Amino acid sequence: MSIASLWRTRQQRYSLEGEICPDCRQAIFPPRDVCPHCSEAAGPLHTMSGRGEVYSYTKMFNVPNGFLAQRPYTMALVKLEEGPMVTAQLTDISDEEVEIGMPVEMVTRKLREEGDSGEIVYGYKFRPVFAAGD
Amino acid sequence: MRKVSIIGIGQIPVGEHWDLSVRHIAYHAIAAALEEAGTDQVDALFVGNMLSGALLSQEHLGTLIADFCGFRNVETAKIESACSSGASALRVGHMAVASGMHDVAVVCGVEKMTDTTGENTTAGLATAADAEYESAHGVTFVGLNALIMQRYMYEFDVPLDGFAGFSINAHRNGAHNANAMFQKPISLDTYLNAPLIATPINIMDSSPVCDGAAAAVLVASERVGDYVTGHHPGAVQILASASANDTIALHDRRDPLFLEAAYVSSQKAYVESGVTPADIGFFELHDAFTIMSALSLEATGYARRGEGWHLAADDAIGPNGRIPISTMGGLKSRGHPVGATGMYQIVETVQQLRGDAGEGQIANASIGMAQNIGGSGATIVTHILGS
Repeated sequence: MSIASLWRTRQQRYSLEGEICPDCRQAIFPPRDVCPHCSEAAGPLHTMSGRGEVYSYTKMFNVPNGFLAQRPYTMALVKLEEGPMVTAQLTDISDEEVEIGMPVEMVTRKLREEGDSGEIVYGYKFRPVFAAGD
Repeated sequence: MRKVSIIGIGQIPVGEHWDLSVRHIAYHAIAAALEEAGTDQVDALFVGNMLSGALLSQEHLGTLIADFCGFRNVETAKIESACSSGASALRVGHMAVASGMHDVAVVCGVEKMTDTTGENTTAGLATAADAEYESAHGVTFVGLNALIMQRYMYEFDVPLDGFAGFSINAHRNGAHNANAMFQKPISLDTYLNAPLIATPINIMDSSPVCDGAAAAVLVASERVGDYVTGHHPGAVQILASASANDTIALHDRRDPLFLEAAYVSSQKAYVESGVTPADIGFFELHDAFTIMSALSLEATGYARRGEGWHLAADDAIGPNGRIPISTMGGLKSRGHPVGATGMYQIVETVQQLRGDAGEGQIANASIGMAQNIGGSGATIVTHILGS
């Protein structure tokens, strides 16, 4: 991603800023110009709670350039409690813990580094929600 | 609209062609197709390709290849829709001839994936996903398919070896195809002991990185006689050509376990051709990963939701089964040179319909279907061909 693209998407990566469609009231992430549910013009910004559950997950052993230092890592589809699904890494986990339906919450983590002098990209990952007393 | 026929096909064996450039392998396929067609008239060349810019720093592929083939003053363009670029290019060629705008269109799918490192190729393939909201988080194409497969196994209670039959069938069929990358059968043990790439996907669920080029010559069916004379293997007609899209990102699908674009494009193709799934003798589906075979069979009407994998377990997909698939090895065994794959599917479908498939020949097949998938199900192109 370019510097300009990272700047444009900062509110999405740092705070899961999406939208609520003024016509059909569905939550949308990331913001769009057209609601994917009802095709009307999409509406006011809305920051997601960051809570959700694991819809699916995979432990990846072959990874692209820029992510080699973190290999292997676990990717997930996380269904946010507002409705939208996002693709993100899971963090603060051990292998055995991950299961479909597991409650997770958003945290901000380093996504990748562009070499010694390039940008360091931060964004959302998800970790298990621990019950009180854990 | 005119009906369109294929009067010549050509292909280069799929593999690691370090001694040949993208223009060489494309020329090889195009020259073979034109020689078979028996014509040197070319009004248009449409090139299906995904990664030449990302991996070779070479765009403008239509003219690059037309130039190398010696074509001047023809219409040419590169057509890109990720892994469905080949079939999208065929569809453009089909529209050009069907509309009457061109008399002879050549379509070539070509991809050169082995000129760079594996990490670069993996990153290049990931550009088919949403760069800002999928790839930016480190997911690869294997990863996206693994997310689908994990959820599918969970929802439909599929055992670990539930998808093995797709890989075993592809390799069994590819063993008879001289143009396939892997020409040997595999056992269940080989499948079960294969290294994991992204859980639960192992190497034997996954198609290989490779180079390839495949081409076809298209003319109006009513004019086949003007071109085809003497010893010719026979023209094959395009009975239907259809395409549909879905969301670019897997996470935005209404149902991530259903290929809605495959359903829509196959339904359009069934209506256009007047053919039903039961009329189709074999199906060249997009088995980039075994999970895609299951989902493709479900979306095109051969299995109910969640039951596509049963067709592999019951061997209904074998050469003598209810719906033979990957009859020349599919993406798994023939190989998956991404932008070329859709044209390999078409070339192989023509081979089957002419009765030129050798030991892999499907008996009495007069109608075949080919379906090419771009991304994780985002663009899906369906063609039905008949002899």
